[in-house]
Amino acid sequence: MRTKTKTVTLQLNVHKVTLGTKLLRNRTLILMCMPAIIFFIVFNYIPMPGAYIAFTDFNYNKGIFGSRFVGFKNFEFLFNSGKLWQLTRNTVLYNLAFIFLGNALQVIIALMLNSILSKTFRKVSQTLLFLPYFISAVLVGFMVYALFNYDYGFINGVLKNLGQDPISFYSKAGVWPVIIIVANLWQSTGYGSIVYFAALCGIDQSLIEAARIDGANGAQVIRYILLPSLKSTAIILILFSLGGIMKGNFGLFYNIVGTANANLQPMTDIIELYVYRTLINQFNFPYSTAAGLYQSIFGFIIVNIANAVVRKIDPEYALF
Amino acid sequence: MKQHDSSMVAIKTISYIFIGLFAIFCLIPFLMMVSGSFSSEEVIITKGLWILPRQFSTEAYKLAFSSPKLLLGSYALTIILTVCGTSIGLFLISMTGYALQRRDFFLRNKISFFIYFTTLFSGGLAPTYLWMTKYLHLKDNYLAVFLPLLMSPWLIFLMKNFIKSIPFEITESGKIDGAGDFRIFVSLILPTLKPALATVGLFLALSYWNEWYNAMLYLSNKSYYPLQYFLYRIINMANYLKQSTAGAQVTVGNLPSNTLKMATAVLATGPIVFLYPFVQKYFISGMTIGAVKG
Repeated sequence: MRTKTKTVTLQLNVHKVTLGTKLLRNRTLILMCMPAIIFFIVFNYIPMPGAYIAFTDFNYNKGIFGSRFVGFKNFEFLFNSGKLWQLTRNTVLYNLAFIFLGNALQVIIALMLNSILSKTFRKVSQTLLFLPYFISAVLVGFMVYALFNYDYGFINGVLKNLGQDPISFYSKAGVWPVIIIVANLWQSTGYGSIVYFAALCGIDQSLIEAARIDGANGAQVIRYILLPSLKSTAIILILFSLGGIMKGNFGLFYNIVGTANANLQPMTDIIELYVYRTLINQFNFPYSTAAGLYQSIFGFIIVNIANAVVRKIDPEYALF
Repeated sequence: MKQHDSSMVAIKTISYIFIGLFAIFCLIPFLMMVSGSFSSEEVIITKGLWILPRQFSTEAYKLAFSSPKLLLGSYALTIILTVCGTSIGLFLISMTGYALQRRDFFLRNKISFFIYFTTLFSGGLAPTYLWMTKYLHLKDNYLAVFLPLLMSPWLIFLMKNFIKSIPFEITESGKIDGAGDFRIFVSLILPTLKPALATVGLFLALSYWNEWYNAMLYLSNKSYYPLQYFLYRIINMANYLKQSTAGAQVTVGNLPSNTLKMATAVLATGPIVFLYPFVQKYFISGMTIGAVKG
């Protein structure tokens, strides 16, 4: 009995000493990480407990933990009003469109760039394709407005020139999913195609030459060599994007449709817009926090599922 | 080998046409903005926008520079934010990235996950807003715009992946010479990091230059705003004036003209677009190194 206790304490001591020396030996590296650790504590970790606001009837003067606890009342309201369902549906459907149309278009663009032999043409077109990636969401929203507004919009100008009646796009909810999806593709396709293009450039050229000698034509090379080689990249990129399916692109939606146009809301409202609008315009902390927490928790579950699937396919690419 | 391959010819033709059309599609909104800014206000209202200026006029730019104080102040602010944010951010990001890729650093996985976790879960906008305004008192403080963009998990891991490709022997040779970890980082690692610094630096610079979101959340009572938020305010001026109490005295004549809005858009975006063909290759390397693995 006595000896046993002795060995345990001994082991503990050994452990303590090693941890201490380890910390001492790595003290500079720990210090070098300190600014980042403090940064993420201040801007990300400290606000996390604030999600408790979602369970209170938050009163600004009483503060977060001085406000009355109301249980799931705020969630009940969001759920019963149907708002939560509408927001989730819109967020998820937009993301599905962005992800699948986006990746399909990126693969097509990468394959086409790959078959273009003129270096100048490829460089110039790539430069133009990436250009939209570099501008702010504010300008994207303004460009959409300049294209579609009723008074002087580009599209309506063309329609008028053709003798047609102008269309009041900003009062027609149905066209906005198309416009928003096209705007998203416009901004991200060129840049997103880089990964696929790089994967194509990495293919062993002798493989393609061997296929050509065996009599494969251009279409067959694409069908049996190029496309299969993009498969794993595509699956992993798509899975990770699906992990973020509850997260919306606030900048894009806010600048294109804003928060004031109630006409468009059934088709264009996403979780981020609601969270922002209830907080900034209505100063309603509980509803805003509840919607945000709902998004965070579901997003967390989904990203874990996506990561588990990636890990099963190829543990090398798992994020955590 | 030289047999006729009609499918190859077809694929090439379609590729040239499709890529060409897509490139034009990407370019048109830019052409429309620039030509709109060089058109006269009347022709835009009567005939709408076009991809070439109709009734060429530099009136909008003269107007934008007629009382240049706000515009130039916003320019100066944005340049200061971008230069300081990029250089400080780069230093902190590369320092963290270096420590996190050191395989003899026993906390590297724990700290990496600590940073990565912030992309998985967040307290949400309202608690963050409350924390920033009520407790940190950053409302109407430029730090509210400057600080949040300094670091991001994505940029830290991008940098970490870049540094991983540097041979560990460099660190070891420094250790043998008796240099501390910080000395090794500053005098041995940093000089070899130029392409990585260029790539990460450009992402940082872009996020500072295009910043409008935090400015919208936290700045309301300032003379000067970051350029993109300055642009946002000009574009949405009508709404602003309606919302503010002073709105009653404002007449339609005081509202910014459409051409002025477009000229401001061109001025706010011009520098980054002109710079971009020169830095394109760094963005490509960032995408190919950092995209799949975080």
